[in-house]
Order: sequence, then C-alpha cells, then structure tokens
Amino acid sequence: MKKDIDNWYYSNKVKEHFLKPKNFLDREPKKGEFDAAGEMGSVVCGDVMKVWLKIDKKTERIKKFKWQTWGCASAIAATSMFSVMITEKGGMKISEAVKITPRDIIGRLHGLPPRKIHCSVLADQAFRSAVDNYRKNLTKK
Amino acid sequence: MKRIYLDHAATTPLDPRVKKAMDPFWSEKFGNPSSLYKEGREAKRALNEARASIAKIIKSRPEEIIFTDGGTESDNLAILGTANNSGKGHIITTKFEHHAVLNSVKFLEEQGLDVTWLDVGREGIVNPKDIEKALKPNTILVSIMYANNEIGTIQPIAEIGKILKKHSAVFHTDACQAAGYLDLNVEKLGVDLMTINGSKVYGPKGIGFLYVKKGVKLQPFLYGGEQEKKLRPGTENVPAIVGLAEALKIAQKEKSNEVKRLTGLRDYFIKKLTTEIPKTFLNGHSRLRLPNNINISVLGTEGEAVLLYLDEYGISCSTGSACSSESLEPSHVIMALKKPHEYGHGSLRFTLGRKTTKKEIDYVMKILPEVIVKLRSISAIKI
Repeated sequence: MKKDIDNWYYSNKVKEHFLKPKNFLDREPKKGEFDAAGEMGSVVCGDVMKVWLKIDKKTERIKKFKWQTWGCASAIAATSMFSVMITEKGGMKISEAVKITPRDIIGRLHGLPPRKIHCSVLADQAFRSAVDNYRKNLTKK
Repeated sequence: MKRIYLDHAATTPLDPRVKKAMDPFWSEKFGNPSSLYKEGREAKRALNEARASIAKIIKSRPEEIIFTDGGTESDNLAILGTANNSGKGHIITTKFEHHAVLNSVKFLEEQGLDVTWLDVGREGIVNPKDIEKALKPNTILVSIMYANNEIGTIQPIAEIGKILKKHSAVFHTDACQAAGYLDLNVEKLGVDLMTINGSKVYGPKGIGFLYVKKGVKLQPFLYGGEQEKKLRPGTENVPAIVGLAEALKIAQKEKSNEVKRLTGLRDYFIKKLTTEIPKTFLNGHSRLRLPNNINISVLGTEGEAVLLYLDEYGISCSTGSACSSESLEPSHVIMALKKPHEYGHGSLRFTLGRKTTKKEIDYVMKILPEVIVKLRSISAIKI
C-alpha cells in the first residue's frame, strides 16, 4: 500500500477525491431514474451516506453508481473512490462488487488515518443495503 | 499563497516585541535564578521583574504568581492541588469547561469526590444563582472559566466571586482566553486561583502561571527544589517568563483599542455569515462574548470538510465536529448548549487577531458561501 499521508492531513488520493468528488448526485433522484437505493450512517455519529444504482438486469452489471455523503473529508473521498471502483471498466457485476471491503477502498485511497477507518468507510455498507433492496424488489415483481 | 489565519483561540503568533524581550535570555543571560553568582542574580532579577509586572496587571502581590508550563498545568495545579489538600469534598464546575478543567475534575469524580456539573443555558452563560443553589457545606472548589474557548461567552465571574465570599470554597477561573481582552483584576473578580498562559496572548508557548491568593493551600503534584514556593519545582524557564510578562504588558496597553476594533469586525462578520449563508446560526450569546470569537453552525455540512476546503483557499479556522476530534465525539461545548448533534458536527469557529482586517473577512465571505453550496450539494442530509 502506497502511503503519502504526511504531505497533507490525508493522502493526496483522498485530497483529490475530496476536492473533486466523482459520481455524486447534486440533486434529488427522479422517479424511476434508478433501480435501487440504500442508506447508511446516522446524524449522531456525523456520517450519513446515500447511494443509488442503475443495474443492467441481464448482466447484473452496475452501470451507474450515484451517491450523497454528509461527513468529513475521508467519508466523502471514500464514497467517491468506491463509486469509481464499482463503475470503472464497464461496471462491476453485483456478485463481484459486494466483495469489495473497506480495506480495498482504503488501499485505493493510499491509506487513511487509523481512527478514520471505522466511521468514514460506510460506502460498502450503503451499497450492500441498496443491493438488498434491489433483490427484494426483484422478488416482489 | 497568503494565509488568512483565523484561529487565534488555538494559538497566537509570538509578538516581535516579545521575542525581542526574550532574546537576551537564551545564550547571553542564561543563568539559573537559584545561583548566587552574577549570572544567577541577573536571571533572578529578570524573574522578579516579570513577576512584579504581571502582579501589577492582575492587581495581586508578586508572590501570588506561580509560574507553570502553561494553561493545562495551571488548571491541574488549581484543581488537583485543592482537592489533594482536602482529600474529599464537593466540587462545582460547568459542563463546557476546557478539557484541562473538565478532565481534571472527571478524574477526581472517579476518585470518589462529589461533583456538580452545571448547565450553561442555550446562550452559553452560567447562572450565578445555580452556583449559589449547588453550594454545600463541604464544597471545596468552584471552577468556572472566564471566557469559553470555543464560543467565547463571558461568564459572570465577579458576580460568582461575590456569592463565594461567604463560603469557604476556593474559587478558580481559567482566564486563558480572556487574558487579552477582559479585566484581570483578581480583587474585583473575587477569585482565589486564576489560570493564564502565554500562547493565547502573543507570548511564547509552554509558559503560564497560576495566581494563588495568599492563604490558599495547594498540594503540589511535582516534587523537587524550592522554586515557585515548592508548588512548581524545577529551574524556571526565564526566557519564556520574561516573554509572558512582556506579552501581557503589551496586551494590557493595547486592550481598549483592540477590543473596540475587534468587536466591530466580529459583529460585521457574524452579520454577513448569518445573513449570506442560509441555515447558519451563531452559537453563544451575541454580545456577552469575546471580541474576537465567532462560532457558527452551518446546517447540512460537516465541519471538518468545510475546514479542509477553506484550508485549500488559504483560510485557517477550527471546528467542533466529531470528525476532527480524537474521540470522534462532537464538541462538548456545542452539546452543552442543548443543540442537536447536527449543530456540533456543522460548527465552525473563527477567532480574529491583531492582524485581522476587514479585507480578510470579505475574502472569507467570498469563498465560504461557495464551499457551503458545494458541500451541501454533495450532502446526504437536506436542510
């Protein structure tokens, strides 16, 4: 794992995703725009994340991953990085994507301060809650 | 990039005049004040002069000034020193003290002492009547800060001092944030112990003192030589002590003009923040606060994210957000105002200083609203 934390409070990779976050939704989603939504976190803890997914029903590839995060720099960066990991190279299959761990995200961010790991990497959990909702909706139909 | 430093409650730069006063005491006049020969006497004279100069400012006797390593040590000496002297009893303090007081008192509570933690109301000002009500025959110590370090609210110390005149409890105040701006006359304040440090008044870091009123008994927690009436043994930090005295002298001299100037800037800034950024609220009383303190909650944003964006634009401020603390708890001060968690997480503190100008504030007001719009657009909490 490459570490460049000393240059800034966080790594330069975190800085990049914090100052120029990717794939966030800067408005409310339109009706029917996404196939599933998920949420994780609480106001008391100081981090809340929402994710929206557009999924190719045949291939189960995630075509769009949009998000909103209320939280600190590392929470914003972790969600942004996770959205990139999911959607790069034509989009991951759900079965692959649910295997992504906080450790994988932190690796791609070139590290996080230890005390930030637990609270700010909620993106994978928010994503899994969206996947659960997706599966529930499929069985309902 | 030119930096705009708006975190003077965290620490202040060393005033060049203070540095100049300190300069001879590193290599040239390096003596140990306890030594009897010339170098020692020279250092001793500087030490005595510094002590007398500070005593004059706070209207105490020189021998009532005990030099320490800074605010935290002075607070610890005041609180642990009083408690260890009586061994048991009751302590009154507030829920929004500085951690140096808060955690010293918590430690004593764990040791079995009885503690009353006073509320501070929605405006962040303790009610003297609450202290009167909380007093017990066995109350040994009342510790109330002079001005809060996060929201700058000024506590009615003189009024509390009057109430405590009739009681045997020792009255301590942490005046670190107040020292540059408020009246430090210990007689008028009616305090028995008062903490002041150098790093908030354009003096050096790592130096402070505790005013200990004649007759007040403290049990030291450091043992060694006979320096500082055995309350704080160890060779005196002469350059820093000289610097502290000079810093307080300058602050005292420039106080009335500086208070006037900063109050104007503060109110200008507060008005702009609360009118030009939607859903932004001032924390703490709007007038009974330090002339340099602005503390706001920007709902729907998280303080650390705002702070780091501002840092990118060359602006330094602080936040009471959980994400910026080691404990991951939001500011105990904002929470003591009984506001929802979101106010703590979204809090920002700007503290102005001697070099702060209206132009700098206008620059912040150009940048900050844009940063807030951006972070609110990313935010999962809509307000």
